[in-house]
Amino acid sequence: MAVAQAKLDAAVARLAGLDLPQGGWSGGARADAVARLQAMGLPAKRDEYWRYTDPTTLTAATPVAAAPFDASDEAQLFDAIDRVRLVFVDGVFDPAQSDDPVAAGVELLSQAADIHWAQGLYGTLEARGQNPVARPLAALNTAAATEGVLIRVTGQVAKPIHLVYLQESDTSDAILHHCVKLEEGAELTLLESGPGAARFNQVLEVEVADGARFHHIRIQGRDHDRRLATHIFARLGAESLFKSFTLTANGVMTRNEAVLELTGDDAMAHIAGAALGNGDYHHDDTVFITHAAERCESRQVFKNVLRNGAVGVFQGKILVKPGAQKTDGYQISQCLLLDEAAQFLAKPELEIYADDVKCSHGSTSGAIDDTALYYLRSRGVPLRQAQSLLVLAFLAEAIDEIEDEGIAGEIRLRLEAWLSRQDG
Amino acid sequence: MLEIKNLHVKLEEDDKVILKGVDLTVEAGKVHAIMGPNGSGKSTLSYVLSGRDGYEVTDGSATLDGVELLEMEPEERAAAGLFLAFQYPVEIPGVGNMTFLRTAVNAQRKARGEAELSAGDFLKIVREKAKALKIDAEMMKRPVNVGFSGGEKKRNEILQMAMLEPKMCILDETDSGLDVDAMKLVADGVNALRSEGRAFLVITHYQRLLDHIKPDVVHIMADGRIIKTGGPELALEVENNGYANLLAEVQ
Repeated sequence: MAVAQAKLDAAVARLAGLDLPQGGWSGGARADAVARLQAMGLPAKRDEYWRYTDPTTLTAATPVAAAPFDASDEAQLFDAIDRVRLVFVDGVFDPAQSDDPVAAGVELLSQAADIHWAQGLYGTLEARGQNPVARPLAALNTAAATEGVLIRVTGQVAKPIHLVYLQESDTSDAILHHCVKLEEGAELTLLESGPGAARFNQVLEVEVADGARFHHIRIQGRDHDRRLATHIFARLGAESLFKSFTLTANGVMTRNEAVLELTGDDAMAHIAGAALGNGDYHHDDTVFITHAAERCESRQVFKNVLRNGAVGVFQGKILVKPGAQKTDGYQISQCLLLDEAAQFLAKPELEIYADDVKCSHGSTSGAIDDTALYYLRSRGVPLRQAQSLLVLAFLAEAIDEIEDEGIAGEIRLRLEAWLSRQDG
Repeated sequence: MLEIKNLHVKLEEDDKVILKGVDLTVEAGKVHAIMGPNGSGKSTLSYVLSGRDGYEVTDGSATLDGVELLEMEPEERAAAGLFLAFQYPVEIPGVGNMTFLRTAVNAQRKARGEAELSAGDFLKIVREKAKALKIDAEMMKRPVNVGFSGGEKKRNEILQMAMLEPKMCILDETDSGLDVDAMKLVADGVNALRSEGRAFLVITHYQRLLDHIKPDVVHIMADGRIIKTGGPELALEVENNGYANLLAEVQ
């Protein structure tokens, strides 16, 4: 009991250290989140879903300092795409560097008026996602966030919305909470690049109504020293589509959680990640997909490339509820270990309560195929280039989850650049 | 062109000696064939020449136009003009056949200090050569050798050879797994590449490939050595009488 009490005490202490917003349209949701967090406590290493990832630096009262990263040797992400740029510096919206959010139909959490459509969404999906696995950092986020975007889409949004996260302060501690609501038949592409803070806690709640389509591509950049915890909570209506891809290159601490709930028949949820780490690197993908309707399809495709002591974690679950017949669930987590010091920890879970479903999962770790490497070299491809080709080939299944060929191409170039930098 | 002297090779792992003093000279413009029973060291010879890991050269040398091959990395040997058509071409999921071929061609050109081929020029050349080998556009789009039939894999090897234009080509049991029509196609591909500046070393179990690719010289290999060298008639003798007589003769 002492351990459990310590978690609860830690939650109370952490909340006491924050300047929590009160009242307004989100006041109720925030108060509920505080109560949730006080009841569940902060995560601790003994928790089932924190066994492989030490939450200490994510839960501490103050962040570990991290110098801003200079990525000016590469072109800005998604520059070739006609998009709406919204810039957050150290987790605070910066209108000077941003396009006009109002013109793009985007509202800011920091400015949202008192009577607000997001009242039914803010903290709602996060609260639903707390069962059966507690996600205290997300509850903390709902309680404390003052920044983020609120996007409600009724038709097809012409331009993708790009959230750009930049860091200026060594000790910035950003908490961002985004709500996206796609009404029936609506479509939106959301791009994210960053993170931009020494410590970054983000929640993205996405309500995808019947027939709506949501595309999400995010790049968690090269700023190695930052610590990052993200949550995506999504609920999918009938015949809707949800597709999310994350590229993570570098990072001493990254925890990406996704909680997806398929509640309408014939919905489709795909979530993919490509993560590359070298040295003091810890990357954790924790996914929970619930099938609660018939004939839905879900795919989880996670690929890690690790070297020199880097650690990758995958905890992926498919839950098929009673009555969710004709479910088609697929889950793959794979790791390419470029040397013997790297480590990959995988915990695939299937829990199925319907009898007419198709669920498959696989998890592998291995080195680069020596025979393939020799074959490429025997055709004149130099060793490093041959290795890069094979690493990219390994990641291909995850990158193939990106529908936009232009964006996929840009991500391939980033990967190649990352790989060539490792050789320097 | 290719000069192998007193080559001794053992497996790195279990100290097993495979090649026990191979001597072989292949002149420019010629086609040499190596025949021999299973386990005689034919494939090992091809792997050692192309630089595969797992073998240790304990004695001897192998030079291509006077340059020592055995000291080089596999990619350097390729850039120097050596090509091995694999007995079992390797499948590489995720790497497109076209990408693979363009990467290889341009890497070799770069290594030799030549300008890389533009995408347009490359495409023009590859289309023409693929057509002659009956390799369609669909096969070029697929990942390297993945889902290819035995015949398609071997034709793909010959296409690589045609694109890379090596001066010394080693064909390791290119006839294995091929039906008569496919063998003819592959042989035509090889014959089209025969020229004064290029030499071939054809490793095979059977005479039938040599009906299509006519050798100038035939070597018989057994127990890690070349035990007999002769003209094309030697291959016929093996076809008719098997290896037993030849082996007995030597012992």
